[in-house]
Amino acid sequence: MNTNIEIPALARVEGEGALYIRLKDGKVAEIELNIYEPPRFFEGFLRGRHFQEVPDITARICGICPVAYQMSSVQALEMALGVTVTPEVYALRRLLYDAEYVESHALHIYLLQAPDLLGYESVLSLAEVAPEVVKNALHQKKIGNDLLKAIGGRSVHPVSSCVGGFYRWPRKMQIQALIPDLEWGLEAAIETVRWAATLPYPDFEILDYIYVAVHHAGEYGILSGNILSSKSGQIEPVDFEKHYIESHVRHSNALHSHTASGQVYVTGPMSRVNLNYEQMGPAARKIMSEIGLKLPIRNPYKQLLARAIELVEVHEEALRIARAYDPQGPSHANVIAKAGEGFGVSEAPRGLLYHHYVLDDQGMVRHARISPPTAQNLARIEADLWKLAPKVIDLPQEKATLECEHLVRSYDPCISCATHFLKLKIEDL
Amino acid sequence: MSKPTIAVYKFSSCDGCQLSILNLEDELLALAGAVEIAYFLEARSRMLPGPYDVALVEGSVSTPHEAERIKEIRRQAGFLVALGTCSTAGGIQALRNFGRLDDLAWAVYDHPEYLHALETSTPISEHVKVDLELWGCPVNKYQVAEVVASLLQKRRPNLPNYSVCLECKRNGNVCVMVADGTPCLGPATRAGCGAICPANGRGCYGCFGPAPSAELPALVPLLRSLERHPNETFHLLRYFTGYAPAFRQAADKLQKEVNA
Repeated sequence: MNTNIEIPALARVEGEGALYIRLKDGKVAEIELNIYEPPRFFEGFLRGRHFQEVPDITARICGICPVAYQMSSVQALEMALGVTVTPEVYALRRLLYDAEYVESHALHIYLLQAPDLLGYESVLSLAEVAPEVVKNALHQKKIGNDLLKAIGGRSVHPVSSCVGGFYRWPRKMQIQALIPDLEWGLEAAIETVRWAATLPYPDFEILDYIYVAVHHAGEYGILSGNILSSKSGQIEPVDFEKHYIESHVRHSNALHSHTASGQVYVTGPMSRVNLNYEQMGPAARKIMSEIGLKLPIRNPYKQLLARAIELVEVHEEALRIARAYDPQGPSHANVIAKAGEGFGVSEAPRGLLYHHYVLDDQGMVRHARISPPTAQNLARIEADLWKLAPKVIDLPQEKATLECEHLVRSYDPCISCATHFLKLKIEDL
Repeated sequence: MSKPTIAVYKFSSCDGCQLSILNLEDELLALAGAVEIAYFLEARSRMLPGPYDVALVEGSVSTPHEAERIKEIRRQAGFLVALGTCSTAGGIQALRNFGRLDDLAWAVYDHPEYLHALETSTPISEHVKVDLELWGCPVNKYQVAEVVASLLQKRRPNLPNYSVCLECKRNGNVCVMVADGTPCLGPATRAGCGAICPANGRGCYGCFGPAPSAELPALVPLLRSLERHPNETFHLLRYFTGYAPAFRQAADKLQKEVNA
């Protein structure tokens, strides 16, 4: 191949982006992951809003992972307001988050990334030759959506979460009714791992990844915890902005992240599985051992496999919480407006999501700062492409293009999220 | 006879309304059998050339590029559906239309000319003719299916014109405003969500936009009497569908009264 790779509109990603790889004298000269998704200025119009409006507003940053935005924001605001939630609220939040993982991961594994590995342009084409595989995938995805609906009223932008807990407990009957589906889903997830282990991932590894993920000593780190780096250990959410810096590059409407010492890092399923496998439950650990998975995962294409393992983990956790669900007492804390500052982190399906708010004495937002996972991963994706491109430029154009596009897709980038805020100065390259 | 073609487009939005199509898990394969999904970037790599029988457009117009692109999409589309509150009312990002972009966001840029953003976020209907508006943040996926089915069957879609109150009554919800004194925009908001907020013990926040029958001059004083934090009524009106004319005018009027 001796021409440039140009993908003016990336398909099967959330949001709008383009990829350009330019060659000069047969060598890769320029790589540009161009994010042209329009900025929507969320952090600007959060100012002046009441704290209880924030989770509903931030949900709209992303239709694929609204629960992540709600959970990072309510936890940051609860810290600002000095509120502690009950163990029952915490458990139901984990269940709600598990539901979002099932929906989002099933979507990405089967509908967005698998067509690349199986040689189809979409799941719709795949369905023409293997309808049973696709029906099974859609059924798995639906279980996540049904659980989201049972807890939150609807699957996209659910309405039940508030600062302090939930507006109302879902009825016990509604949750229990989903247990047989979750039991089926757990088995289907285990089969998904077995299948994912056989897929023909491109042979490509990055040896110097810095993995970063939320880490919780007592559970698989999704809802809350500290921030753990494979290179520099743990920090608390309050110190995030000191250790992880964002800067703006000209070709992108999103910010690029790096550590305080200037290194790019990766967040998402690969980091979570690599850093938090010890906190996984027996089902996920058993299937990892069955397929003989060696950690750390270093092949970014294998993020599909990491997602499949997480599907097992979240199903097992969801079953545990759903079986024990028997809410007693108030569904939310009594929250009194006051001035304060708070920080919240959680793991969106595609990676670490950090929120920071300052409230005035009436509980109105004075300052908001949100760092979404895809913005953190963009610099890492470009770095991966710099490693990949020289290996593929000798392939036929179509195959080279597909390998690059597939690499981007394997990160499950949510470009809508990445550009929702934009405030730093533009820096010329 | 060849199948009708459908194209799905994204403008400024969160992707949630397009996702509602993929969330039709039980109907998706039947849908893909009944129509040719010719352009749907989030779901497939293959793109068939236009023109298309139906265009489903998610998102608002908030950049100069989008203002141009929607015209071309209109030219290519037999029937254009605005999909969701961003496309019918400018969405949550239309909050910038009330002077806030200048005050807050614009002020922090050294080079706003790099941003390629318009001063306003506006509904599709401000730019091109829209054949059908489907409200909701997000849309109700069954309403999307109903719209596609109605087009295939060449009939009018069955979409509610009444307010959330009727859905509440039908579902047997206890009225949160009457029973708990919780401010609720349901009496003035278009039905379609299934009255899920009152069912969850909270007031409606208007994400399906104003109902054609909205009586805001009657509702606003009641909401004002129930406020739990400063300007709660104003915030409720100026929210996810705040740029829709009925809510916009009610908020403007309230602002004048408060300032007077």
